[in-house]
Amino acid sequence: MTTLLIKGGRVIDPANGLDEVADVLIAEGRVAAIGSGKGKTEAEIDASGMIVCPGLIDMHVHLREPGQEWKEDIESGSRAAVAGGVTSMCCMPNTQPRLDHAGVLRQVIERARQVGLCDVHPIGAVSRNLDGKELTEMRELVRAGAVAFSDDGRPIWHSGVMRKALEYASTFGFLVIQHAEDLQLTGGGCINEGRISTQLGVNGMPDVGEDDMISRDIMLAKLADANYHVAHISTRGAVDLVRRAQAEGLKVTAEAAPHHFALTEEEVLGYNADAKMSPPLRTEEDRLAVIEGLRDGTISVIASDHAPHHEDDKRCGLSCAAFGIVGLESMLPVSLDLERGGVLGMPELIATMTSNPASLLKLDAGTLSEGAVADVCIFNPDEKWTLDRNALFSKSRNTPWHGREMTGRVLHTIKGGRHVFGKGEILV
Amino acid sequence: MSQPLQHLFGIGQLSRDQIETLIGMGESFVELSRRPIKKAPTLRGKTVINLFFENSTRTRTSFEIAGKRLSADVINISASTSATSKGESLLDTGETLAAMQPHVLVIRHSLAGTCEFLADFLPHTSIINAGDGAHEHPTQVLTDLLTLKTQAGGYAGKTVTIVGDIAHSRVARSHLLAAQKLGYKVRLVAPKTLLPSHIEQYGCEVMYDFDAALPGSDVLYMLRVQTERLTDNCSFPSIREYHEAYGLNRNRLAMAGEDCVVMHPGPMNRGVEIASDVADSARSRILDQVEHGVAIRMAVLTALCGASAEVDKPSPKQARAAAAMQAQGKLL
Repeated sequence: MTTLLIKGGRVIDPANGLDEVADVLIAEGRVAAIGSGKGKTEAEIDASGMIVCPGLIDMHVHLREPGQEWKEDIESGSRAAVAGGVTSMCCMPNTQPRLDHAGVLRQVIERARQVGLCDVHPIGAVSRNLDGKELTEMRELVRAGAVAFSDDGRPIWHSGVMRKALEYASTFGFLVIQHAEDLQLTGGGCINEGRISTQLGVNGMPDVGEDDMISRDIMLAKLADANYHVAHISTRGAVDLVRRAQAEGLKVTAEAAPHHFALTEEEVLGYNADAKMSPPLRTEEDRLAVIEGLRDGTISVIASDHAPHHEDDKRCGLSCAAFGIVGLESMLPVSLDLERGGVLGMPELIATMTSNPASLLKLDAGTLSEGAVADVCIFNPDEKWTLDRNALFSKSRNTPWHGREMTGRVLHTIKGGRHVFGKGEILV
Repeated sequence: MSQPLQHLFGIGQLSRDQIETLIGMGESFVELSRRPIKKAPTLRGKTVINLFFENSTRTRTSFEIAGKRLSADVINISASTSATSKGESLLDTGETLAAMQPHVLVIRHSLAGTCEFLADFLPHTSIINAGDGAHEHPTQVLTDLLTLKTQAGGYAGKTVTIVGDIAHSRVARSHLLAAQKLGYKVRLVAPKTLLPSHIEQYGCEVMYDFDAALPGSDVLYMLRVQTERLTDNCSFPSIREYHEAYGLNRNRLAMAGEDCVVMHPGPMNRGVEIASDVADSARSRILDQVEHGVAIRMAVLTALCGASAEVDKPSPKQARAAAAMQAQGKLL
């Protein structure tokens, strides 16, 4: 294994409260030292003027393999990840077959190891086939590598099943992640219900369809004394519910996706299917509430909800188009707006994509501690570039940010001491 | 007209001038349909395709008659006879028909935004929205405005009371947009279950009590209750109760002003939203609306064909194909 010196960057490691200009020495795939590097190394990266932080963790990604490899696979998803500075990601179980058996999880993890760009940690299914009826063998799935459980995209609406899922999971200290959507209220809808859905004449998904499920779940989490995590929180009401639950001392956490704090329902005007996802883009009031939740720590994690779809699934009219957008490659630059806007300091912002998800999921990642696996993201927070959907590393192009100027760019990604992404290219 | 129209997606895109010009053109076309020989050469050599993915009698027929009376070649395609029943995508159907070089595609579809969506891919075909989901139905509203202008003393300053399933009504949306541009008032009457969210953004009045809404109404505009759609999802408990609360009968008509007229975009459910004696009364303008529908569609076809005649670039797809053929030729 070679040695690598990352010279002169602003090194930010939230887990250790570190924020200083320093050199990072990597040897044998691990962080050897942070300080002033004097010795000879086999390779060097000049990071002056850049930020050097732990490789990002994206705890909400859809990799589509197995089952929908024309949209994305573990290799293309891994390339997109490291291009976005992400070195660990959690893949959601709505593949085909589902991530509800140990064999499928092992296969996904093994494939990711072969690709060798980014660690993939599966989120196991809560229920068999995501049907919301029978629980999966959670202990077995954890032994196979599951780091949490979710029926993402297929919310667990049966209160009895959700109670049991929370009780069983928390017995063993497992985390349950809910895609909170009351399908009885949102079914048939395609964008936020409100001003824009009425103008466009399409069925809406009301905000209370998110809030009512979170409200119930919090009560159940309290009953079960469980760890409960809200995926991609998007409404003002939901942020308030989580804030109150935390004030009560419950083990309730939440993540936000960049599109929910950067964009509003206005994006959909003109029937823009690349701005269609679930939960949908909401109002300005909701957007500001999500930002406030990030500011005060109610929302501790930023995750992309990377959801690749083929153009055929998007080019069929807004109502018929698939839900979701790609996000791995735009997560960091879009999130940097929070730092520029004074919502979070740079270390706090980086924590939402490194140490916070790592501690939530008990991952051995997200830090530059001496001896830690050397996963590093090096970015220029000020570089301006224009996002071109045809230049993404993902197989899919469904992004609302096509043609928009981004500020902040990932320049290098180091995975386990290997320089895997640099100057716009995958290096291995 | 202030600027030529390539497409007619909705009232939302039109200026007040453009709306009034189309109504004026429609008015001048009414007379043509009353002649013994109902034919003018205006659109000779033009091809109009009526592509209907949803059932329609009056809209499709009136587009067909409008085109034929103006000497266009009119082709009708309904979803059941088209390739969509074989699984062809909406976009492929649109591109296939556009490749046959029609001047105008008249489209009705249950999905809101279908016309805007297709227009992005068919830059050389004029598209007319004949009703898209709950979005817009511009030719119906132009028709209604022509009827108001000629049979009810104009529309400016009037109060048009629209009653019924506002949530699913593209006609209501188009009227709300037209009212803002032309200076008439819209009063909406429906139970909350049939009103979409944030409807007040259009500056309209919303009332739940039909009886209270009658005084001051100049037009009672009754919407068809789509019973097949509504009893399933609990929007109202029964047709009987709906008729009692929101149906227009003789007693209610008497409570409105003497000059108040009755309109309906059709098709009617007699005994549901409108009682037969009201539908057939002297105050009904329902058949005038149908007659004016033909005239307005003549006006819209004429306006669009005038504009589309100027467009003669190949489509991007054709350009790509031509480039590919050229490249192949060079290789050979």
